[in-house]
Amino acid sequence: MADPLLKVENLRIEFPTRRGTLVAVDDISLHINKGEVLGVVGESGAGKSLTGASIIGLLEPPGRIAAGQILLDGKRIDNLPYEKMRQIRGREIGAIFQDPLTSLNPLYSVGFQLIETIQTHLPMDKQQARQRAIDLLAEVGIPAPERRIDHYPHQFSGGMRQRVVIALALCANPKLIIADEPTTALDVSIQAQIIALLKRLCRDHGTAVMLVTHDMGVIAETADRVAVMYAGRIAEIGPVKEVIKDGKHPYTHGLMGSIPILGHDTEKLTQIEGAMPRLTDIPTGCAYNPRCPKVFDRCYRDRPDLLDAGTTRAACWLYDDDAKAAAAVTGETAHV
Amino acid sequence: MIAFIIRRLLQSLLVMGTVAFIAFSLFNFVGDPVNNMVGQEATEAEREYIRQLLGLDQPFYIQFMRFVGNVLQGDFGQSYRLGQPVLNVLGDRVPATLELVFVAAVMALVIGVPMGVYTGLKRYAISSKLMLTISLIGVSLPTFVIGIMLILVFSVWLNWLPSFGRGQTVNVGWDSNLFSLEGWKSMIMPAITLCLFQLTLVMRLVRAEMLEVLRTDYVKFARARGLSNRAVHFGHALKNTLMPVITITGLQVGGLIAFAIITETVFQWPGMGLLFLQAIQFVDIPVMATYLLLVALVFVIINLIVDMTYYFVDPRLRTEGKGGGH
Repeated sequence: MADPLLKVENLRIEFPTRRGTLVAVDDISLHINKGEVLGVVGESGAGKSLTGASIIGLLEPPGRIAAGQILLDGKRIDNLPYEKMRQIRGREIGAIFQDPLTSLNPLYSVGFQLIETIQTHLPMDKQQARQRAIDLLAEVGIPAPERRIDHYPHQFSGGMRQRVVIALALCANPKLIIADEPTTALDVSIQAQIIALLKRLCRDHGTAVMLVTHDMGVIAETADRVAVMYAGRIAEIGPVKEVIKDGKHPYTHGLMGSIPILGHDTEKLTQIEGAMPRLTDIPTGCAYNPRCPKVFDRCYRDRPDLLDAGTTRAACWLYDDDAKAAAAVTGETAHV
Repeated sequence: MIAFIIRRLLQSLLVMGTVAFIAFSLFNFVGDPVNNMVGQEATEAEREYIRQLLGLDQPFYIQFMRFVGNVLQGDFGQSYRLGQPVLNVLGDRVPATLELVFVAAVMALVIGVPMGVYTGLKRYAISSKLMLTISLIGVSLPTFVIGIMLILVFSVWLNWLPSFGRGQTVNVGWDSNLFSLEGWKSMIMPAITLCLFQLTLVMRLVRAEMLEVLRTDYVKFARARGLSNRAVHFGHALKNTLMPVITITGLQVGGLIAFAIITETVFQWPGMGLLFLQAIQFVDIPVMATYLLLVALVFVIINLIVDMTYYFVDPRLRTEGKGGGH
């Protein structure tokens, strides 16, 4: 594909606080092609949700984009005035949030909220918008949509509400959907349904998705490519199969080792020692160095950028040519 | 719905009965009305005669039973002080107070809600901070001070507005201040005095609720859907702040009637509050009892209206038993 749909270049998100500036997202670059599903995984606080929020222009103050740019279809959208950005939200970029129970306004029927969104973005009269709303509800798998459209959110179950939320995100047929933990708040039995639905809809509509989650299972199921985030940076990015099966970055490796596999009789899951550093005390060099089993002296000194690591790109000195050489000399294995 | 209203009306009878009972149990301690009614030279026999005539020699529960019996037949008794039927005396005064309270409540809402929304949305603007600071004064200054200041400025110094009374009224089934410029001139200062506290209360309440609601997920999601600011702020945010505002406003209308006593005294406004104060001084038991009954009735009605408004604002209360997901 020639031009990516979304391009994030060297994005840096800062939170000015009384005790200095916190860098929550540090120099992130990624892209999403048309119709592609990019999974973004990482622990809480890795900066994945913030990246999503900055793309739809809803970063909450005092958080701000301090550097870098975000391009949609080759046009910069990170510096647009509020009104211009508002027209892109919902129309070009849809969003799905974590908790369907609180994403819908309890005082309005789902029909009102759908029609309101449709009419904001599409030139339709009330009747047309209502018809489209009914079609959308049917599409997301809500039974008897003609009747259900006049119901209020509290009359829907959690899974049904998330379907309504997806319908709302699809109102104006956006090219990209930012799905921030769309299944985290749902029952496990419902999660698979919602993910399957999201996947089918996006394939049918050709919608690209940025799927933010900490659930590797969801990523494996859905994503084409995956970005693993750690402490505000991308640790590794690449095709989902390669990253999951054969992660190059030691962090990815640890992350995958911590997932139980059905059918495998695993005595004990791998555990990554320690916790992700707080934003206030990210170590110099590689942020992962206190927990990394393969750490060597350069990791304490310099911060690695994304380096080619075969099929994926990983931010790890193991894949620096000089380091490989150095490691070979000292007898360390460069293989992961 | 109708069953609900009927149930509430029956409850209200109980409330009013209780209010009257408590009132009568206290009347024994407010003084001896006979002292005020007879001259200094009246003999003990004469006093006793009047006491018996009014039934004051009997224990309070008998007095109470008799009052209730009469009320049920539509007889609220005679005012000891004015010698007229209580209904006539109150009949002139009730519209004056209700109009004043009505205007004050409307002003508190019409000014307070937009100010609350504004200060909630523009949290960091200097104008918002200014409004909040001024509102502190509104909350902390006693009502009578505000009234007297207003009289000083607008009546004494500027001579724009009358300093007391209702002025000219127009009869529209009752004597009203609302239908003439002269009436409004007399109304405006008492109404401002009365509403100032409620206004600042409403404003601060709406502001706090707005700040709360603007943080909710559905407001974030409404923004993410690209809705206009107007739709987000007034459609989605404001409507969700209204429940507590309705509750507080309902309770405050009752409070306004109570506060009206002070305002009416400052402006010599011929309303129920002023009448009640005079009745207390004279130990005018029928007037006091009827006033308390009336206030209880107003409270009950307001609460009923508040409950019914909930029902219209919040769909969650409407759909008991039907619908439901799976």
